[in-house]
Amino acid sequence: MVTLNQYLLLSAVLFAIGALGVFVRRNLITILLSIEIMLNAVNLTFVAAGRAFGTADGQIIVFFVMTVAAAEAAVGLAIIIALFRHRESLDPDAFTSLKW
Amino acid sequence: MVNSPLLLVVPLLPFLGYAVNLFLGRRLPKAVSGTLACAVVVASFGVALDLVLTLVSLPPASRALEQTVYTWIASGDFSLPLTLRLDPLAAVMILIITGIGSLIHIYSTAYMHEETDAEYARYFCYLNLFVAFMLLLVLGANFLVMFVGWEGVGLCSYLLIGFWYHKKSAGDAGKKAFIVNRVGDFAFILGMLLAFVQFGTLNFQAIARAVGPLAPEATFGTLSVLTLLLFIGATGKSAQIPLYIWLPDAMEGPTPVSALIHAATMVTAGVYMIGRNAVLFSHAPGTLEIIAVVGTLTALMAATIGLVQNDIKRVLAYSTVSQLGYMFMAMGVGAYAAGIFHLLTHAFFKALLFLGSGAVIHALGGEQDMRRMGGLRRELPVTYWTFLAATLAIAGVPGLSGFFSKDEILGSAFATGHTVLWFIGVVTALLTAAYMFRLFFLTFHGEPAPAAAAGHAPDHGDPHAAGDAHAPHDGGGHHLHDAPPAMAFALIVLAIGAIGIGYLGVPASLGGSDVLGRFLAPSFTVSAAAEATPALPQHPDEGAAAAEGVEMGLMGVSTLAALGGIGLAFFFFLRRREASDALAARFAGLHRLLLHKYYVDEIYDAAIVQPIRLTAQEGLWRGVDVRVIDGAVNGVGEAVADSSALLRRLQTGSVRAYAASAFLGVILILGFYLWY
Repeated sequence: MVTLNQYLLLSAVLFAIGALGVFVRRNLITILLSIEIMLNAVNLTFVAAGRAFGTADGQIIVFFVMTVAAAEAAVGLAIIIALFRHRESLDPDAFTSLKW
Repeated sequence: MVNSPLLLVVPLLPFLGYAVNLFLGRRLPKAVSGTLACAVVVASFGVALDLVLTLVSLPPASRALEQTVYTWIASGDFSLPLTLRLDPLAAVMILIITGIGSLIHIYSTAYMHEETDAEYARYFCYLNLFVAFMLLLVLGANFLVMFVGWEGVGLCSYLLIGFWYHKKSAGDAGKKAFIVNRVGDFAFILGMLLAFVQFGTLNFQAIARAVGPLAPEATFGTLSVLTLLLFIGATGKSAQIPLYIWLPDAMEGPTPVSALIHAATMVTAGVYMIGRNAVLFSHAPGTLEIIAVVGTLTALMAATIGLVQNDIKRVLAYSTVSQLGYMFMAMGVGAYAAGIFHLLTHAFFKALLFLGSGAVIHALGGEQDMRRMGGLRRELPVTYWTFLAATLAIAGVPGLSGFFSKDEILGSAFATGHTVLWFIGVVTALLTAAYMFRLFFLTFHGEPAPAAAAGHAPDHGDPHAAGDAHAPHDGGGHHLHDAPPAMAFALIVLAIGAIGIGYLGVPASLGGSDVLGRFLAPSFTVSAAAEATPALPQHPDEGAAAAEGVEMGLMGVSTLAALGGIGLAFFFFLRRREASDALAARFAGLHRLLLHKYYVDEIYDAAIVQPIRLTAQEGLWRGVDVRVIDGAVNGVGEAVADSSALLRRLQTGSVRAYAASAFLGVILILGFYLWY
């Protein structure tokens, strides 16, 4: 029997991996993927909590998150393509001209 | 006491003239604006005359007309009505103001004729306003109404001194007059407040009634401080030491203005104010002594300065300061009626002297330097003869007005034991005769004037010269001409007054009955109705028959002084001109001291003006304003800019840094909520 705490622990681990990926990876597409991992870590929390409390709310919210995540991935990839056309690079540190 | 609704009409008429000329003046031709201005003052004179006749028809004990226009201030149990009150003292004053004022208005229509229509209307506008305020000053029944007039005439004086404002010296003179007066006014306000604190009222009658039963102050107490403050106010308005310095500079104004404001009326306001509060001042003998001494010293000092000045109007200005000194001397020795008598005679002869000098200046196209005049006797007969009458009157030649009034003052000073003051007064009388005849001889006798011979305006002097409108009608040349009819009329009427007005106050010792003294007496006692005998306690004329011998002797001395002064002037300035130059060379130091007016202006400049300027410039401007106030404002701005310069470094442009800070923020907020 897998307990709620184990689900939550897994999702925390997943979330930390995602966050770390966002901070340390130097490729915009990898960063986008890391964000997806963070989103799915949250989804896992919702589903696990919904099951533990016996309600459908968690699953409903997960559908919303997945929809938004799909849209976000589409917009994010579009921006990345535009950026790549502009600088011939996917390194986020290449795009720091908007500063003081 | 009788109520009279006509009282308000007296100041209101000139005020209406002012209002019309103010709003419509620039569109009216000279004939209309000038005639209107004259008409309102003459009408005001008519009303004043009617009121005074009503006043005289009342029994002497209850001679007062009153009109409460409305309640000006009502606050708690303090109420201050705008009340006008005509008593014998005010009656004399309103007749002087409207009477001599009318003559000067008429004179001005000719004197100012060279101005443009708008300027001409502006001139009469100010002049009418002045008359209105002056009437308010003398008719006011309490300190505050008087103060409104007091400030109003100061304003008009400023406006008229600086009438030719495009000339810097005129603007400066106006400012000087206004600022010096401000010093006196400050003391006057303090005195007024002290009177209110002390008596709970500002009404002259009520104050006199409250003070009346008290014994005169033996030591220098509240009443003395109060009266001294009022007197300092008077020294500002009436040009006494130490605040007389503005009056000689005030001669920058048009000459009729000098005649009306700076000789006949406004400068006598201080004398009038003391006369109005005679009961109060009588209870402060300490202040009276100070007034007498200051008045006498002013008389002497101004007379010595007048002796060596070369500008005809400046001599007359110092003469005015000197004569005002006599009036204060009279007030100081308690001879209030004598002071007002001298005020009355002085108003005539000094207005005449100024108008006469105006006629001379007019004829010479703006020349004011007496050294460039001379021999005008034949060319200006009307001016010559009227000027002679006024000069004899001011010199104190027996039979003319100045003799009676000056002698009454000197007699009173002697009778009250002020022998030293009397002696200085006699010396001053001698000097007065000397400097007046010096002026007279230099102007009208001797060699024909360079200015007259050259027949044209010099390049300096009155800006009047700039608008020399006489040139057009004789084709560029300028020929000497006597006063035009309007000016001649005023001169002749004033000359009659200067000769004859003294007979209102012939003392008993000369077989007269001192009509004026007896008429005025009720104004100087507590309450007209309360006093059974309206006799003035300090009045010397009520002395025994033995005093008459002394009085005759004093008159003899004054007469000798007057004749001596004329003789000196005759010798030095007509017979042997070189002797006067030799004398000036012999006493070069003294001569220079007098010529530079004892360096009083320079001393004031060094002792007061420069320190104030320095404090204002280096302390208040460069110190407080620039450093403290501007520093605070600029400092706040700079602090914001500097801290922003540091904070903007956070804007790195790196997406990952933003993400890290957002993440960190979420962690911190969550942590905060989880642990606390």
